[in-house]
Amino acid sequence: MSSDVDLGRRHFLTVATTVTGTVGVVLATVPFISSWKPSARAQAVGAPVEVDISKIDPGSMVAIKWRGKAVWVLHRTPQMLATLGKIEDQLRDPFSNEAQQPAYAANQQRSIRAEFLVLLGVCTHLGCAPLEKFEPADSEMGAGWLGGFFCPCHGSKFDLSGRVYKGVPAPTNLVVPPHRYVGDATILIGNDSGVAA
Amino acid sequence: MKSERTPAFERVTDRMQALLVWIDARFPLSKMWREHISEYYAPKNFNFWYYFGSLAMLVLVLQIVTGIFLTMSYKPSAAEAFASVEYIMRDVNWGWLIRYMHSTGASAFFIVVYLHMFRAVLYGSYKKPRELLWLFGMLIYVALMAEAFFGYLLPWGQMSYWGAQVIVSLFGAIPFGIGEALVEWVRGDYFISDITLNRFFALHVIAVPFALVFLVIAHILALHEVGSNNPDGIEIKEHKDADGIPLDGIPFHPYYTVKDIMGVAVFLALFSAVVFFAPEMGGYFLEHANFEPANSLKTPEHIAPVWYFTPFYAILRAVPDKLLGVLLMGAAIVVLFILPWLDRSPVRSIRYRGWIFKLAVTLFAVSFVALGYLGMQPVSVAFTIAARVFATIYFLFFLLMPFYTRWDRTKPVPDRVTFHD
Amino acid sequence: MINNRWVGAIALGALILSSSSVAAGGPKMEAANNVLGNVRSLQRGARHFVNYCMGCHSAKYVRYNRLAADLQLSEQQVTDNLMFVGTKLLDTMNIAMDPLDAGRWFGQVPPDLSLIARAKGTDYVFNYLKGFYLDPERRNGTDNLFLPGASMPHVLWELQGLQKPVYEAIIDANGGVRKVMVGFERVTEGLLNPEEFDQFVRDLTNFLEYISEPVKLERKKLGVRVLLFLLVFFLFSYLLKQEYWKDIK
Repeated sequence: MSSDVDLGRRHFLTVATTVTGTVGVVLATVPFISSWKPSARAQAVGAPVEVDISKIDPGSMVAIKWRGKAVWVLHRTPQMLATLGKIEDQLRDPFSNEAQQPAYAANQQRSIRAEFLVLLGVCTHLGCAPLEKFEPADSEMGAGWLGGFFCPCHGSKFDLSGRVYKGVPAPTNLVVPPHRYVGDATILIGNDSGVAA
Repeated sequence: MKSERTPAFERVTDRMQALLVWIDARFPLSKMWREHISEYYAPKNFNFWYYFGSLAMLVLVLQIVTGIFLTMSYKPSAAEAFASVEYIMRDVNWGWLIRYMHSTGASAFFIVVYLHMFRAVLYGSYKKPRELLWLFGMLIYVALMAEAFFGYLLPWGQMSYWGAQVIVSLFGAIPFGIGEALVEWVRGDYFISDITLNRFFALHVIAVPFALVFLVIAHILALHEVGSNNPDGIEIKEHKDADGIPLDGIPFHPYYTVKDIMGVAVFLALFSAVVFFAPEMGGYFLEHANFEPANSLKTPEHIAPVWYFTPFYAILRAVPDKLLGVLLMGAAIVVLFILPWLDRSPVRSIRYRGWIFKLAVTLFAVSFVALGYLGMQPVSVAFTIAARVFATIYFLFFLLMPFYTRWDRTKPVPDRVTFHD
Repeated sequence: MINNRWVGAIALGALILSSSSVAAGGPKMEAANNVLGNVRSLQRGARHFVNYCMGCHSAKYVRYNRLAADLQLSEQQVTDNLMFVGTKLLDTMNIAMDPLDAGRWFGQVPPDLSLIARAKGTDYVFNYLKGFYLDPERRNGTDNLFLPGASMPHVLWELQGLQKPVYEAIIDANGGVRKVMVGFERVTEGLLNPEEFDQFVRDLTNFLEYISEPVKLERKKLGVRVLLFLLVFFLFSYLLKQEYWKDIK
């Protein structure tokens, strides 16, 4: 073994090779990790869905599928809208402080236009599908019931804006998915480009 | 050199040292490191031919990693397989790169393995006490061929389908009804079908990879037990210093880790050149006919196996009888297993052998390459004659070896290793 | 040592050289000379494909939004010019023709063309599209020089015009006389002159080559960067190896 080993050079070259090699390995992992992102097909299948709202009668709701989940579009009557201000002390998050909706739906109606409510039909407790309970003073819901949604799995209750009541298992309001109006008669679920907050 | 050890640095290294002590009390980590890497003494005269073992291991890891990611998107059914490969190529983010790495890796594996095996022939690395090492290597080679064969059906292209059809039908040549039953048993159906595809998928993704990994570990353990051979074919353990370290030995780490990393850099450059600029390699790595979905009613004009099988395919076709052709094709591989016992030379390395062995190895190498070329061509009278000639040379290399290795003049073998290239 | 490595290298070289020159046989093909990077050509080719081919041939692995991105077209342009009514931008280029009907009408199911350029070669596609000629004995009235017995009718006849084969009588090895096709003779003019038709087919072929592997140009660009990186890595690892191996004598 030669006695005049240039340790400085050895150290430098070791570091240079190791750093370059590590950078290479990290860069090489990028395609693999990225391959887990939704593919073009997933994006196509999960593309925004149009709903024709001109066919929905006042007081009625339609359910459509978007990204594998149920999306509800409810055409609220003036009477339904009138109930929204009356029960705020019974609600957990009446002013939509939790991020369960886009900025343009962080209002009392939780919607862009007051008449049409767009919600994900998934209970925020453990994911069951809540039932429609739009009639006030419904026999099962009790005299004080003004209308809303009731989840049969564990009894969570939501109002006609999808806001969660206090004292039920569900912790947050029903989610409002991104959406926007395409003309007056169509809502596009899954796309909200251009919607002001 | 100025030390950069601050108190914080000291604390971290102390902790790491303590962790190592904790692990070593429960698992032979440092022991394995010393035994197999930092105090494994390898001959200092390794040349170009000695890169291919570590490269083979690299390609194995590459195939497993890319293979796992392909399996995440591939659909092993006759209805969906072909489309799922195009899904990977077009819709999955970076799927095209993962696919090309896997297809190029398959061919790269065989290039590296053939060169690795040829090294053993050159330097007598299969001779005592390394016969078992050679046998494990041969088992790895056979497992690799099985892995490639099963894997090739998966894209479910025209060549996948018809290649499998031809090769599986070969076993029908076995007489007394055994052949037909065997073929039906392998297919799981009366024709190459979705059922065959699914089971080949299971074998390719799970069974054979497990076998390969175990065999590679056994191969390395067998190597480390006796120590590596070298281009001079002499045993470095015969001359040790006062501490018991071979005089011509150098610790694997840092010398061969550093050399093999350089080898990896060169390999990756060649590999990347193919992956990014010529993944089809003129139709040799990705065959053109395989871009058409499998059609059981339409045979391609020209069915040929992938290039790495063509030498054996040429031998098969050279024999006019179907059963004999199958047997001879098998024999061409089996004869490799008994190589350690055919070679009767007292000397290991070609460097100290006479002209007969050098001629024999040259003829063998030329024949293997020529057979490979012939296996790709359509059948013709001239090609069949040539295949018979080269197949004969191929077998004579082995069958005459007990004789010519004894007759061959040898040169005196040095005491200590020499540096040639 | 020298002779083994040399022999191996020469044998390998001979193998590669000879294999590449083995043609499949068949009529001589013109080079397509398409340029994959020519976006305008690809745009025209896309339009030709939709107008002339998609009546019968799908390209079911190709998505419209990918076309928009790669061909530098806006989504509106693709929707207006390349998509049939009812398809969405994220859909693949499927067609309405039922394969069973197609099989009955044409004798063969018109194949999907997503990968035709990879399966058969770009030059083949170019020559095939130009290779239809009149043959009154066939059901379609035409045959194709590069796919004898083709079930596909001469879709581009209005653009190319019609041509008929010219035969020459040659005397073969046994002394018998054989008819051999030596070229084409124009029978009717097409809407495009020969140069224009060549360009038409070149653009269409270019598009077919693109759809057979949309990522081709991108992968080559990335390959340059990867090789440059590996060059740097190799240089460091080589110097490191040399440095350590100074110890060994």
